[in-house]
Amino acid sequence: MNDMTLKPQGDHEIVVVRAFNAPRDMVFDAFSKPELVKRWMLGSDGWSIPVCTIDFRVGGKGRYEWKSPDGQHGMALSSEFVEIERPARIVHKEVFDGTPQPVESVVTSTFVEAAGRTTMTMVIRYPTAQVRDFMLKSGMEHGMGLSFQRLAGIVEKA
Amino acid sequence: MSLDQTFAALADPTRRAILARLSLGEASVNELAEPFAMSQPAISKHIKVLEHAGLISRGRDAQRRPCRLETKAMDEANSWLEHHRAIFEARFQRLDDLLEEMKVERAKRKPATPKSNLKGVRK
Repeated sequence: MNDMTLKPQGDHEIVVVRAFNAPRDMVFDAFSKPELVKRWMLGSDGWSIPVCTIDFRVGGKGRYEWKSPDGQHGMALSSEFVEIERPARIVHKEVFDGTPQPVESVVTSTFVEAAGRTTMTMVIRYPTAQVRDFMLKSGMEHGMGLSFQRLAGIVEKA
Repeated sequence: MSLDQTFAALADPTRRAILARLSLGEASVNELAEPFAMSQPAISKHIKVLEHAGLISRGRDAQRRPCRLETKAMDEANSWLEHHRAIFEARFQRLDDLLEEMKVERAKRKPATPKSNLKGVRK
């Protein structure tokens, strides 16, 4: 009923669509308030998110740091908010730590409500088709995408 | 070869049909062209795209040069999508649970209008 779709769009983007059984102001909060984001944006297999700070205003920064259950592995992401239109739309830039050169993606999240349900559409745009390809390839080689490093370990064990 | 090319190659229904045919075994361009209302050059063009994307290869036999399926590119495309799908789905299921809790909380805060709690946006 709340099936998710995830697919490439054009040669620069990846699009994720998912519906939630909740009004959109609630979904919007869950995507933007750190105390709520912390509750779901973890990895599975016990990965925690000890650092999750979000200065939710245009030009404000976000910082997310993940840790593996044994504390041996970590990954981190910095973001900056570009557009905020509560409760309909968030645009932010994000850069992961540890890539050979900084690769910035722009993520546009939109929230549309109908009959008490909210459909979230997230468009992740990479600067060039080459960068997206690089992200995808490194994802395949290492079992995790550089752009999605925060969730390392989930698939390794699957 | 790039994933990008793989996805672009897979986006066309004729090319997917060619891949489906090749999954049954190798075939020449003529054999592949048969079921389609398309000229052989048009089919050859599709075959070049598939070959470029690493989805098929051509045999060395100079006369026939049979096409065959190369599964590696397809496997890579699938494994990437499956990988990310699994990650996002796991997160969103946790978000579903969180939203259920938030709805209960909101209903508690507004006991006067328990039946319209889905619409409430007041602070």
